[in-house]
Amino acid sequence: MTQINVRVDGASYSDDVEPRTLLVHYLREQLGKVGTVVGCDTSNCGACTVHLDGESVKSCTVLAVQADGSEVTTIEGIAEGGELHPMQKAFHEKHGLQCGYCTPGMIMASIDLLKNNPNPSEHEIREGIEGNLCRCTGYVNIVRAVQQAAGKMSSTAGAQA
Amino acid sequence: MIPASFAYARPTTVDEALQAIAAGGDDVKIMAGGQSLIPVMRLRLAAPETVVDLTKVAELRGVREDGDSLVIGAMTTHTDILRDPLIAQYGKLIAEATETVADPAVRHRGTFGGALAHADPAGDLPAVALALDAEFVIAGPGGARRSVPASAFFVDYLTTALDEGELLLEVRVPKLGEGWGVRYEKFNRVAQAWSIVAVAAAVRMEGGRIAEARIGLTNMGSTPLRATATEQALVGADVSLETVTAAAAQAAEGTEPSSDLNAQADYRQHLARVLTGRAVRAATGL
Repeated sequence: MTQINVRVDGASYSDDVEPRTLLVHYLREQLGKVGTVVGCDTSNCGACTVHLDGESVKSCTVLAVQADGSEVTTIEGIAEGGELHPMQKAFHEKHGLQCGYCTPGMIMASIDLLKNNPNPSEHEIREGIEGNLCRCTGYVNIVRAVQQAAGKMSSTAGAQA
Repeated sequence: MIPASFAYARPTTVDEALQAIAAGGDDVKIMAGGQSLIPVMRLRLAAPETVVDLTKVAELRGVREDGDSLVIGAMTTHTDILRDPLIAQYGKLIAEATETVADPAVRHRGTFGGALAHADPAGDLPAVALALDAEFVIAGPGGARRSVPASAFFVDYLTTALDEGELLLEVRVPKLGEGWGVRYEKFNRVAQAWSIVAVAAAVRMEGGRIAEARIGLTNMGSTPLRATATEQALVGADVSLETVTAAAAQAAEGTEPSSDLNAQADYRQHLARVLTGRAVRAATGL
């Protein structure tokens, strides 16, 4: 066992983990953060996407020990004060999901995309969520949701500036 | 799926890493970004005794210039490459290929050196390194350094010149500045897929003629290959559709690509010719 100290969704944790424990299993099974799901288990589908020190990663392809000293944000940590994150709201309003299984990862990947490119074209959105598979929607409403969130988030950022 | 148990070392310097590799027993795996190794371990296709994780070895990360060369640290992530101003100026072929690697989340973790040391024939960076005549700087047990040219680095399927106990430190590539045109032309069928075939082309033009041509082929054999016949046909030729088309028709000469569920060997050879034509036309502005 190896001891890790990690911040997850704003709270600090100190835990013993086996080096082989994947970050997604640590989040779900040790911390109970079951909002992050396991999809394909082969690093393809992106359902388990979280932010590690602010960047999107597939948490099935990171060891929990590698998060030692780092900050992890999951789908459970992005709403503030009971208010959905603008990206969550946009997925809701634009029907960017059907079964919802890809949604946690899709939202985390989309937030990462807008951080690097606040006003993406449709093509750039599709490239930005290339690592996240949705087998229901055909992506059309997902792209619309990201576009709505981009509009909301950049106007909020503008108001704050 | 969970990997088999292993001992884990997380060094912070090259010296510590070499010691951890030496002390790790008979079956040590060096982990760079882990984006290929962790999946393989999860599937239990690899079950190393020790994993030496390089993610905290800061000295291996970053791009610098040294005279006419760019020196790329092995732990420079794909995302680092895409944001690096020196790469943007002198390493556009590397940037074009890197952009096509997997997806953004994988590019945040995956590294330049890791992708080269993994040496997957369908990986995008080996053919680029070969086309650029990259030099691989390697540290051995005890810290001894040696340098291996790309032509000798890629030995076979998933096999490189790296010996047991050795560590890839950095990769030196020539700066491609004024006069060079480049293109990485990749063929695959679905998002985030590996190359069925891809072509890396860098061409230097001088007064309407081609002065130098470097063409690397991805997934046309167990290692990356140079399209030597095409390169020879291009050098000295005028920049015209006719000469480029004739040269590209020789791109698959001497290759023995594999047949698999994505493509038969003869289709791969067809792709190599077509993609070489596209890549060279784009590189020369035709």
